[in-house]
Amino acid sequence: MPPPSSAPGARYGLTAIALHWLLALAILAAFAVGLYMHELPLSPQRLKLYSWHKWAGVCILLLSVLRLVWRITHRPPPLSDQMTAAMPAWQRAAHHGVHHLMYLLFFTVPLVGWAYSSAAGFPVVLFGVLPLPDFVPADKALAEAIKPLHALSAFALIGLVLLHVGAALKHQWIDRDGLLDRMNPFKRA
Amino acid sequence: MSLPLPLSRMLVTSALGATALLGGQVALAQQKVDPAKSEITFVSKQMGVPVEGRFRKFDAQVSFDPKKPEAGKIAFSIDLGSTTVSPDADAELPKAVWFNVPKFPLATFQSGAIKAAGPGKFEVAGKLAIKGSSRDVVVPVTLTQAGAVTTANGSFAIKRLDFKIGEGDWADTSMVANDVQVKFKLTLSGVGPL
Repeated sequence: MPPPSSAPGARYGLTAIALHWLLALAILAAFAVGLYMHELPLSPQRLKLYSWHKWAGVCILLLSVLRLVWRITHRPPPLSDQMTAAMPAWQRAAHHGVHHLMYLLFFTVPLVGWAYSSAAGFPVVLFGVLPLPDFVPADKALAEAIKPLHALSAFALIGLVLLHVGAALKHQWIDRDGLLDRMNPFKRA
Repeated sequence: MSLPLPLSRMLVTSALGATALLGGQVALAQQKVDPAKSEITFVSKQMGVPVEGRFRKFDAQVSFDPKKPEAGKIAFSIDLGSTTVSPDADAELPKAVWFNVPKFPLATFQSGAIKAAGPGKFEVAGKLAIKGSSRDVVVPVTLTQAGAVTTANGSFAIKRLDFKIGEGDWADTSMVANDVQVKFKLTLSGVGPL
């Protein structure tokens, strides 16, 4: 039996669409702040940005848990036959691979950042009021070992985001197959 | 033969001085602080995050008999240049807006009244001076003894802005809280039994 297909224009559910765009904004903002803040000299501004970055990371982590649960319990609409037929096998593989890797990094990047903060001796206190547990000990050598992993995983995630956006734009402007509408909250089928 | 007056007065004075010194030593034998087994730390809060720091160098003069706490005298001097929090902060703390170490290298504490406050517990009132400002503080101290070694533990809170620690932009207490908790553990020898 061929896999089920849907008519062009089938969309993700509104919850999935809301989570997608909310997390897209949050991840880009946290990445931009992260890039900017780490070169600042010690100042109240730097302290504020570090705190906001950590709080954003914890929110991204929590929303990603919600999103993963939602994704598992709510299958996205399959691609239309027309789209699937137009995609070579490597594109279909890349489509799944990039999504899986992005999900993996939605968890890895904030968790490694949290571990770095704890290892560096600064436990994360969400919104300045809710102390989160340390799952690694405060240890300078460990902090130095973790630090590049946080940056590396964040850059990997942003690299995948660029691929993801590039692919979506290719579908929109080159293939003109309406794929982007699947994530468009304003366009009704 | 009579000594010239000034010389005899000098001798009498020195003898009195020596007696006073000797008497002082008997009544207030100095207890020794073991710096390797003692520590003074503090916790400040940065946007809700507790951050611990430590003074690596300090000096204490303690003459204290648990049986006669009111006669005791305790003096501390802390080398503020030896403060360590994190590599970033350590570079900033000696600057004028924080401790201003070049101008005020030492923080000092000088005890006033010492009162017993229960078994092994004492309240040490005194003057704490940091960065040109001084405040009266009351420091609760708990003593425990094991053999010849006495350990003094305690903690008290100060308001950093009372001492202008963190000026300008850093005076904002929503970034760095005004309350700073100071904790100490001192290992002493030569303290009389509790």
